[in-house]
Amino acid sequence: MPKLSYLKALNRALGDEMAADPDVFVLGEDIRVAASNLTAGLFDRFGADRVLDTPLSEQAFTNFATGAALAGLRPVIEFQIPSLLFLVFEQIANQAHKFSLMTGGQCKVPVTYVVPGSGSRTGWAGQHSDHPYSLFAHVGVKTVVPATPADAYGLLLSAIRDDDPVVVFAPSGALGVREDVDFSTLAPVPLGVGRIARSGSDVTVVALGHLIQDALAVADELAGEGVSVEVFDPRTVYPLDVEGLAASVARTRRLVVIDDSNRSSGFGAEVLAVAAERFDLAAPPRRVTRPDGAVLPFALALDRAVQPGRDQLLAAVRGVLTSGGDR
Amino acid sequence: MTSVDLYRTVRLIRRFEERAIEFVRSGEIVGGIHPYIGEEAVAAGVCAALRPDDLITSTHRGHGHVLAKGVNPARMFAELMGRESGLNKGRGGSMHAADFGLGILGANAIVGAAGSIATGAAWAHRRRGRDVVAVSFFGDGAMNEGMLLEAFNLAALWRVPVLFVCENNGYATTMPVAGAVAGSITGRAKAFGIPAFTIDGQDPEKVLAATTAAAERARAGKGPTFLECLTHRLDAHHTFEHRARLSYRSAEELSAGWSRDPVEIQGARLAAADRAAVDAEVEALLDAAAGIALGSAHPDPAAALEYLYASPEVMR
Repeated sequence: MPKLSYLKALNRALGDEMAADPDVFVLGEDIRVAASNLTAGLFDRFGADRVLDTPLSEQAFTNFATGAALAGLRPVIEFQIPSLLFLVFEQIANQAHKFSLMTGGQCKVPVTYVVPGSGSRTGWAGQHSDHPYSLFAHVGVKTVVPATPADAYGLLLSAIRDDDPVVVFAPSGALGVREDVDFSTLAPVPLGVGRIARSGSDVTVVALGHLIQDALAVADELAGEGVSVEVFDPRTVYPLDVEGLAASVARTRRLVVIDDSNRSSGFGAEVLAVAAERFDLAAPPRRVTRPDGAVLPFALALDRAVQPGRDQLLAAVRGVLTSGGDR
Repeated sequence: MTSVDLYRTVRLIRRFEERAIEFVRSGEIVGGIHPYIGEEAVAAGVCAALRPDDLITSTHRGHGHVLAKGVNPARMFAELMGRESGLNKGRGGSMHAADFGLGILGANAIVGAAGSIATGAAWAHRRRGRDVVAVSFFGDGAMNEGMLLEAFNLAALWRVPVLFVCENNGYATTMPVAGAVAGSITGRAKAFGIPAFTIDGQDPEKVLAATTAAAERARAGKGPTFLECLTHRLDAHHTFEHRARLSYRSAEELSAGWSRDPVEIQGARLAAADRAAVDAEVEALLDAAAGIALGSAHPDPAAALEYLYASPEVMR
């Protein structure tokens, strides 16, 4: 079977959807030459009107996309630097997201924001290394963090076809992931539906994006010790597949979440809050996150020190396995 | 568009706003409004130059824009009162009035935000082969918002059929233009290669003439035009100012503004009998509109988040 990389899957999804729907176009900085490779080949296929290279005017071109969407098009904006989403937070959270309700449902704003290379990019330091999916979930913008090439393909398709704004975070640590894929099986993946990345019975680990690889590695390691770890990938941060998570936790009754957000008010905090309200757990749940209020320092060892990693996850899983007692 | 039509529009906006202020005082409108009194000629003249399928984006001081574009005053009153029969089903209010069927892409409460939205919408229509023009209204305060200046650049660069209409009423809330704008307002548009003109914003016929030329130019593929309409805000920045008297302009200045009242400027062009007939027509229309709005149902609190998503099926 052919190999498909995560980044190539995003590129393929965008190209397939542009071919299928003439209303879809992509805009952003340095996309004509495909600086990130997300738009590789698309300018030659679709031309300058559908691969719109923009000046460095993020706020205006984000609202420009909202205007184009109000007029019936389906824009996709590429942001090659995750922190640019802070610059356009108003344009997404306060403009695009609010039009439907504020107009009493008169319009829709089907814009997709894609961030190829979110999170730490290894050596890009404080202002290029954020992974702000929790922020968008908090304000109610549909937010997706795919983990695999097939999901990257399928979730990007669904995001573009959705009638609301959707942010698609493609973690830097996932872009190089490759998997064997039968291209004929590539299909839309519905928003808001998680998946079991690995079945297990002793503990549920919730992970997103590139952290799925860490969760699977930890599961492998613990399997050697006779511990059966289930890895749940919500795929969509908002809306969260609470039912899917509940079904997993009903089997394992133990829960750890690993989350590349700052600790306070992050996605991991939300998962634990849902667990506290709804789940019957045998042990207190744990979260592995960036520290509170973290800014990623430059030096590699410091950068790694503030990211959630395998050792912390391993310790947290062992912790929930040994606490609680009624297993 | 006749002189009578222009007069009808400025008179309608004036009397709508005066009644809206009364509804704020009586508590029928909560949250207050930003009255458009004194600036009516800009909305009337600009919208008179537009086709029904042309687009506008409006501002926090936007009642005049949407009335001039043709909204039903009953539905506008109802929106201000938060009623289900309002333009936005009571979900938007004074600062977000929209009627997509009339090309009104909404009033926007973030100063300067809508310039780029109008630019994107106009670009999209042109890409679909339609010769639609979009107008973005904003005030002098917006001239200091970076995203609006970015929009000028995109519109000029891509020759987008959009008109930038700056209602220079002299104040950004209480900040006078002289204290806020370095250089000149039109100079900023000209810096992007956009033709920019300063016009008398108290005279609807002058505004109509300038807008007609700008719209023709945009429709011919020649790109954006910038119109600085010099005008006077003759009432409060917001109705809260009726209670909290703010000291930022003199009685003489206000009086000078009233000497150029657009209702009188346009009204003077009509025969007395014609003017009286229009006035009576407007009062009858607004009487009926207010009555309909006051009799409309309030939204059900259980439906507070209805319309939050256009694709709600993925939400749980």
